[in-house]
Amino acid sequence: MLRTIKRLITIDQAMKIINKKNHTLYSKKELGQIQLLLPVILLVTVFSLAPLLRGIYLGFTDYRLGDPISFNGIENYIQLFNDEYFWKSFKIGMVWTFIVTALQVSLGLGLALLLNTKIRFVSFYTILILIPWATPPIIRGILWRQMYEPNTGAVNILLSDAGLISAPINWLTSFEYVIPAVIVAGIWGEISKAAIFLLAGLQTIPNDLYEAGKIDGAGIWDQFWRITLPVLKPVLAAIVSLTFMWNFNTFGIIWVLTQGGPGGLTRLPMLAAYEEGFRYGYIGYAAAIGNVMVIILSVMLFMYIRVQLRERNES
Amino acid sequence: MKNMSALSKTAIHGLIILYIIFLLFPLLWVVASSLKPTQEIYSGSPTILPQQITFDHYSSVINGQRIFRSMWNSVIVGTFSTILVVLLAIPSAYAMVRYKSIVNNAILGWILVSQIFPVILVMIPLYVMLRYIGLTDSLTGLTLIYVVWSLPFVLWMMYGYVKSIPLELEEAAVIDGASRTQVIFTILMPLLLPAIGASALFAFISSWNEFFFALVLMKSPTLATLQVELARYTGMEGQSRTGPLAAASVIATIPSIILFIFMRKWFTTGLVSGALKG
Repeated sequence: MLRTIKRLITIDQAMKIINKKNHTLYSKKELGQIQLLLPVILLVTVFSLAPLLRGIYLGFTDYRLGDPISFNGIENYIQLFNDEYFWKSFKIGMVWTFIVTALQVSLGLGLALLLNTKIRFVSFYTILILIPWATPPIIRGILWRQMYEPNTGAVNILLSDAGLISAPINWLTSFEYVIPAVIVAGIWGEISKAAIFLLAGLQTIPNDLYEAGKIDGAGIWDQFWRITLPVLKPVLAAIVSLTFMWNFNTFGIIWVLTQGGPGGLTRLPMLAAYEEGFRYGYIGYAAAIGNVMVIILSVMLFMYIRVQLRERNES
Repeated sequence: MKNMSALSKTAIHGLIILYIIFLLFPLLWVVASSLKPTQEIYSGSPTILPQQITFDHYSSVINGQRIFRSMWNSVIVGTFSTILVVLLAIPSAYAMVRYKSIVNNAILGWILVSQIFPVILVMIPLYVMLRYIGLTDSLTGLTLIYVVWSLPFVLWMMYGYVKSIPLELEEAAVIDGASRTQVIFTILMPLLLPAIGASALFAFISSWNEFFFALVLMKSPTLATLQVELARYTGMEGQSRTGPLAAASVIATIPSIILFIFMRKWFTTGLVSGALKG
């Protein structure tokens, strides 16, 4: 018996040595790797990398579809700086991104904490909660348009049944209500996403930590601030920065809800860039808006990477 | 948290149900609208649940030329881009796992970067280029774009799966004289079936749900994808078509919901382990 085990161990060791050898052998065959990767590298270079670099470049030109391209340095950015429509779009983009991200992550965290309590029906609840996230952005827009429909929509019907309003409100065309209305529609599908991601993060926290906390007399509140939040921090940072980037790039749902209206009040940066580029044909100008968006997103990404690195250095 | 009181348990259930009401009500409302007869939708005070159930809106969507054709376009583009992306991802993931080189870091870096850049930057030159080679307003062009679009995530999923396959299995085959192509197709492919299924579903749904590229590239009404066609219906003509639009929305959402229920583990584990391990 003992001998068999010993023999197995030596076989295992031998296999490990063989594997190591093979790995070094393989790594010298880089040519073989390039062969296998060639289709992907070609496709990505032609349809993703080159367009991206070209797009960045176009942001420094006055290109209009059909015209010759000429480099114009930072002229687009000077023009952007003086363009009140751009500032308006940019401001609403920031308001939208911060409010939607904050609400989505905090409401999502609340839901994830509730789902992490090991009560009954949790997997059933999770499946129900998943559904809004699974809804395509365009359909989300259609759903909420039908909810906000002044005469036939559920929102006005429920509010007037409750006696809160006497006349129907035209949510999506009113200057007063359109921003809260699109924000509610915007966070709707995203709460699910944040909750599911955060729940997965919460489930990685070992129960022993809470047991130890309890022995030390920590209440639920203490447990949250001293155990859950610190352990969850890397996941939370990942979700905050990812959702920030996704929200800043929002297009489809707003396109369906308001097309940027009324009076440009919900014209997020992506809608502004789309209109400049594909409606009016100012390709260079649209690319410049894209470049400004990249700078903002890079700042977010940089902050995220810094949090991650600090975490890793501490641990 | 084993010794929770019955009271706090009830409170937790209650709070979760509040969330679920907010999260499911809009869908419930639209499903109900899709089943209500048109007069009922426009009667001064419609109820939440339909008083009378009719499948007229569904049959008008299925029989109506435009929505059905756009759905067919989406199916074509989705199917071809899915097949292509999976066929591309398998050998690439294999190459990334079995050969360690600087190319890997470049590809993993690109996977990350591709998630961040606003599509508008890629879209403009891509549009110019595709127009030059005559692939705007063509299902082939859109298929190609969707392949590149879903490739990062599919490649990342595949990479994770291939990594979990022990090298010993391949060695045995190599000793028996199998070539690299044979190894990939006879040893790897069968083991990767679950990964292929999951990534195929993902690729199909991401093209099924995509809107921006299709909006920019597909100008002729006969080539519109489902999302573009549905977005078009929300304009002026949509006002009078609440019922059919609701029915079409329900049909358009079902494939996506099925995918998400099957795949929720995939979506989350990657992000969480990525955040924890970097």
